[in-house]
Amino acid sequence: MAQIRIENLRKDFGSFNAVKASTFTVEDGEFFMLLGPSGCGKTTTLRMMAGLELPTSGEIYIDGEEVGMKRASQRDIAFVFQMFALYPHMNVGKNISYPLLSQGMSRADARRKVAEVAKILGIEGLLDRPVGGLSGGDRQRVALGRAIVRSPKAFLMDEPLGALDAEFREHMSEELRALHDRMGATTVYVTHDQLEAMQMGDKIVVMNHGVVEQFGVPQQIYDWPATRFVAAFIGSPPMNFLDFDGAVTAGDTELTIGETRIDVPRQLEAAMGALTLGVRPEHLHLSDEAPYRGEIVAAEYLGTTQIVTLDTAFGRVKARIPSHEVVRTGTHTGLAFDARTLTVFDGVTGRALVSEANHEVLVHG
Amino acid sequence: MSFSVTSPSPAAKWLAGILVIGYAIITILPLVWIIATGFKSPADAIAYPPKLVFEPSLEGYVNLFTTRTRVTENDFAALPPASSWYEQIVRDQGMVIAGPSRYGERYLNSIIIGFGSTALCMVLGTAAAYAFSRFRVPLKDDLLFFILSTRMMPPIAVAIPIFLMFREIGLNDTHLGMILLYTAVNLSLSVWLLKGFIDEIPVEYEEAALIDGYTRFQAFIKVVLPQAATGIASTAIFCLIFAWNEYAFAVLLTSGAAQTAPPFIPTIIGVGGKDWPAVAAGATIFLVPVMVFTILLRKHLLRGITFGAVRK
Repeated sequence: MAQIRIENLRKDFGSFNAVKASTFTVEDGEFFMLLGPSGCGKTTTLRMMAGLELPTSGEIYIDGEEVGMKRASQRDIAFVFQMFALYPHMNVGKNISYPLLSQGMSRADARRKVAEVAKILGIEGLLDRPVGGLSGGDRQRVALGRAIVRSPKAFLMDEPLGALDAEFREHMSEELRALHDRMGATTVYVTHDQLEAMQMGDKIVVMNHGVVEQFGVPQQIYDWPATRFVAAFIGSPPMNFLDFDGAVTAGDTELTIGETRIDVPRQLEAAMGALTLGVRPEHLHLSDEAPYRGEIVAAEYLGTTQIVTLDTAFGRVKARIPSHEVVRTGTHTGLAFDARTLTVFDGVTGRALVSEANHEVLVHG
Repeated sequence: MSFSVTSPSPAAKWLAGILVIGYAIITILPLVWIIATGFKSPADAIAYPPKLVFEPSLEGYVNLFTTRTRVTENDFAALPPASSWYEQIVRDQGMVIAGPSRYGERYLNSIIIGFGSTALCMVLGTAAAYAFSRFRVPLKDDLLFFILSTRMMPPIAVAIPIFLMFREIGLNDTHLGMILLYTAVNLSLSVWLLKGFIDEIPVEYEEAALIDGYTRFQAFIKVVLPQAATGIASTAIFCLIFAWNEYAFAVLLTSGAAQTAPPFIPTIIGVGGKDWPAVAAGATIFLVPVMVFTILLRKHLLRGITFGAVRK
């Protein structure tokens, strides 16, 4: 098993810049998520780790060894494709043993190894079956079997659950995470599903337009987004943004939005002009006394909570409140903010301003 | 896969059956006619109205494979009794066997040139189609169009230049010359057809093989080729049919050593009157290899081996 370090990795396709100067480290044994919308460069990054694409510049270290320009076959990593890519002209057992035979392992040893892996994955009964007739989940297990059979340094997975039905995906993601915990293998997992990333990942890299927006453990990324993009991409519903013109100076503990003063964590940097206040829906509360006012336009019932949509002077916001609170659409109410959870973003660059609360995450994360 | 919601009515099934049988009869009839004529006597072959029931005879086949000559009546009477059944058939016509005909050699030429050019065409075509399908080839579209454009003129338009070229470099009337020529003509078709088939094979298979520790060439041989088998088989059939049936180039560029069967068969007509049974016999035997080849590869044409292995 291995540590994977990515330094200033860049990839151009002609004049299109797919990945720009990415830097992050996947620690040994970590379950690492590459998260972002489609076209953000996450799959390209993964393919460069695998050796299916060559980087334009930058380095990839696997276990301290620079492998950026090495062939895929020399990197000792395994790749799980979204479309499984099981060899259709071979049966299940042959598919799993195929990577072993390339290493010159004898057929008897390979057969023993395949049996072992099949037992781990619970597909002993399928080894003689053609891959054509298998269900989606079984195909995924065979693809995993082909990946784990040769005990590679790392597993790279490109949306491995993307082709499965929603219902089954849940089950497979648990199975995958359990398998990882048992084997302790370094795993890099590409997904565009923020829930999947939060559920399964030890650490997450959020990418957008080829740029690493943030890199950290799921809770840090959720609580203290480094950019407005991350704040919007993660969470359902996403963070609310109130765009306003104003000023922040170092040491401030409150902001003025229009006429209203709102308490925020102590700010550590100064900014002026277009600013954005970010607040998660669960950090908003309806309160008649609160000075920031809004009109309730909709309420969605979700069981234990409800999502209330309000129109305010600085934009539409959503609040997640307990479902027993009675709300009536068309009425006006006050909105109270959870002061210690707020983030202020630079309105132009979208970067989060450093405060006492997110300082730890943004500077050291 | 899709299924219709309602199954067809019995009347529709009957109608479909009748149409298929009718079409089969129409297409099989000429074949039956040729095969039957091969077993008729010359008189039966040209009888009018045509004879559907006749006494089968091997005269056509014997005449196809022999050259015969007439001898004077005295010499004929002095001959020892026929030593074999085919000699007897020739004697019954009042002739003696002078030697074997050239049909066997010409037929062998057809086999060497037809299968040789098909094999070469498959090797080159698969390699080129793979490159066009997978690699960034400069001016790819222009090159593909150029390859196809060689197909746009009739063979006769280039026959004279090719004849002169072949004469100059000594390829006239050689097996190698004909194999190269038929390969060149067929290559455009095979590159285009095979590129289509290879485009259909998801590139992930090769990437998986690369990661599993194989070189690109091994991945091509072990992963791409087995999946392209259906395409290769059907393309090979097209190439073989063309090379096997080709007449214009063969007439012009071969006369002796490398002459194929198609230009030879018409020459049978001239030997001792219009010998239609011999022509029909030649045509019947000529049909066999392509039929056998097609039947052998039929299962590849029908088998959808990639179904279900990749979810699209």
